[in-house]
Amino acid sequence: MQTLIKNGQVIDPANQIDGPFDILIDKRKISAIEPRGKIPESKNISVIDAKDCVVAPGFCDMHVHFREPGHEYKETIETGCASAVAGGFSTVAVMPNTFPVNDNHSITELILSQAKKTNLANVFPIGAITKGLKGETLSDMGELKEAGCIGYSDDGKPVMDSELMRRALEYSRMFDLPCIQHSEILDLTREGCMNEGIISTELGLKGMPVEAEDIMVFRDICLLRKTGGRLHVAHISSGGAVELVRQAKAKGLPVTCEVAPHHFTLTEEACRNYDTNTKMSPPLRTHEDLELIKEGLRDGTIDIIATDHAPHDVADKQMEFSKACFGIVGLETALPLTLKMVDEKVITLQKAVDLLTHQPSRLFNLDKGSLGVGKDADIVIFNPKTQYTIEPEKFKSRSKNSPYKGWKVRGKVLHTLVAGKTVYSADNK
Amino acid sequence: MALSTKNILGTKELTQSDILQILDTADSFKEISTRAIKKVPALRGKTIINLFFEPSTRTRTSFEIAGKRLSADVINISGSTSSTVKGENLIDTARNLEAMSPDILVVRHHCSGAAELLSQFVNSPIINAGDGAHEHPSQALLDLLTIRSHKGDLKGLKVAIVGDVSHSRVARSNIRAMQTMGMKVRVVGPPPLIPVEIERLGVEVSHNLAEAIKDVDVIMVLRIQLERQNQGLLSSLREYSNYFCLTSETLAQAQDDVLIIHPGPVNRGIEIALDVMEGPRSLILDQVTNGVAIRMALFYLLLGENNANPN
Repeated sequence: MQTLIKNGQVIDPANQIDGPFDILIDKRKISAIEPRGKIPESKNISVIDAKDCVVAPGFCDMHVHFREPGHEYKETIETGCASAVAGGFSTVAVMPNTFPVNDNHSITELILSQAKKTNLANVFPIGAITKGLKGETLSDMGELKEAGCIGYSDDGKPVMDSELMRRALEYSRMFDLPCIQHSEILDLTREGCMNEGIISTELGLKGMPVEAEDIMVFRDICLLRKTGGRLHVAHISSGGAVELVRQAKAKGLPVTCEVAPHHFTLTEEACRNYDTNTKMSPPLRTHEDLELIKEGLRDGTIDIIATDHAPHDVADKQMEFSKACFGIVGLETALPLTLKMVDEKVITLQKAVDLLTHQPSRLFNLDKGSLGVGKDADIVIFNPKTQYTIEPEKFKSRSKNSPYKGWKVRGKVLHTLVAGKTVYSADNK
Repeated sequence: MALSTKNILGTKELTQSDILQILDTADSFKEISTRAIKKVPALRGKTIINLFFEPSTRTRTSFEIAGKRLSADVINISGSTSSTVKGENLIDTARNLEAMSPDILVVRHHCSGAAELLSQFVNSPIINAGDGAHEHPSQALLDLLTIRSHKGDLKGLKVAIVGDVSHSRVARSNIRAMQTMGMKVRVVGPPPLIPVEIERLGVEVSHNLAEAIKDVDVIMVLRIQLERQNQGLLSSLREYSNYFCLTSETLAQAQDDVLIIHPGPVNRGIEIALDVMEGPRSLILDQVTNGVAIRMALFYLLLGENNANPN
């Protein structure tokens, strides 16, 4: 069975391709990429017309929470993958804060087998840095890698013990996988639920000062200089932290960072009416931070876009702001929010695709995020011009906790293919 | 004329004319509390529920008396007797109460934003009787009533709010209400108890009590809580008192006709000296009396003057 994707604008940053190309898929793989009209059609070839659309490698989100095992009422690997492919993501990396924690091969294998059964998106587990995310002893990083983990993180729970973080960076070198840090000095954010500043003062909510992020990023960079491991700063939200990463990169240190779409589209102002869908960690910051984040995207300090997709049931969100869970779903809004950065001329369309495909794959050594002949046919087809209103109730994710309800955006995913199979089509709604 | 708002969630939502109307109505109600028979039929047949998730004697009693003097039926539900101890959530509790058709819900809760949250899920008018460190509008209104009855006009008055501003809903409600009425506010306290960026609300910040009270018309002293010491916000209550207790010596720096108010309950000798508290400039008991009148006015105005008669 062959499929031809024709009439589209192919953007494949990994191979520096941007132009009118057609793509032929043979079973699971890409078998040809030729200038528009050069691949002959025949009865045996099914055709996807990508007129007015961008055809790109399937997006790769290196930071999602799929809640399985343990909190399946919020999301499962199946519903999470359905959400991913609806958002144009063919590859996701799932964080280990499941219950039980993904700190050993059994959980990693369970996740992989559930993903295989679901057969929608490519799922790569991230293993815990410390056993049980307790911040006490290192997890068996070798075992985790052998089972299929592609990085280490105690996400949501920063590794507070500096000695332990040093050892984690050192030990992970043996396996050449990055340590992903949720950068937050917990002493400074105790009971905090939003950014500390004028809004937290007005609302009477305990703030989380931006310095909590800056200090942790700085500490880890200092450790990195000594250990030579690989540090990846998760969901950077502070302008100061972006500058720290910029300086470290200038010195040649192996540090990378990601930003979540909410940190370049929303500020602490959004918290004003105590909407718990604006409560996330790190919190929405100030307008100044937002501008510095955009500068980081513009000059390449920020390496990738990752959603920090954090599904929560209504029961965990519909309550007092200070008591509600942190986090929002992100997979199904990432593309239009990223395209806002293109509209604002912060980045080009090609760069936007790069941040969602080639760069994350490169950072995590995945053979994904490109459209070369012979590669798995993981492809997204989206119309960057289509306008629509975000309706969380229509999300494929099991949870609907999004602050973007009612936003008018542009950029709609029409088809997502994983290994040659169409796993999502907007038409099939 | 009706208020511009259906709920009293905070002074932030109140316009100058709302505030004036509430104060004028409260003034007209004061007399009722001096009668031998302290009751008018204005809200006969109305049901008011006091839903208090946080311990309170003074505020809850004040709301209760206010309702009863207007002939409403007042029911008190406290945190310990409510179903929330059985795990029922705040919204469910309020919805269940609403199913019994109350006319007003008065809510106190330890979480900022709790009253606003409830207002999204229930139809009854809500009066916020204190939510976390956010707002306590009836307190600010009774403070304004107290100040106005001594100073005549509120516009142009200067106020110093002294103490733990960071955790104070009274301070926040007063800052907003006072600014709406054209007053100038200065907050005074040790830096750990002054919330970040509060200057951006248009208030002055001072860390020197004697300096800060020199030119003001009103000094509002806030209650200081012992637990702030354990949170590392204070070195000790003793040292706090050395710098921020309002004593007759510091008060000598102030204008002769300065007014002193305190939302209560008072820690005698910690934030305010006993002789100052009981001295001629202190209006602490006037505030309590005015509290009943303010809450009567809020009930009356929210339930509509149309079907009620103040006499």
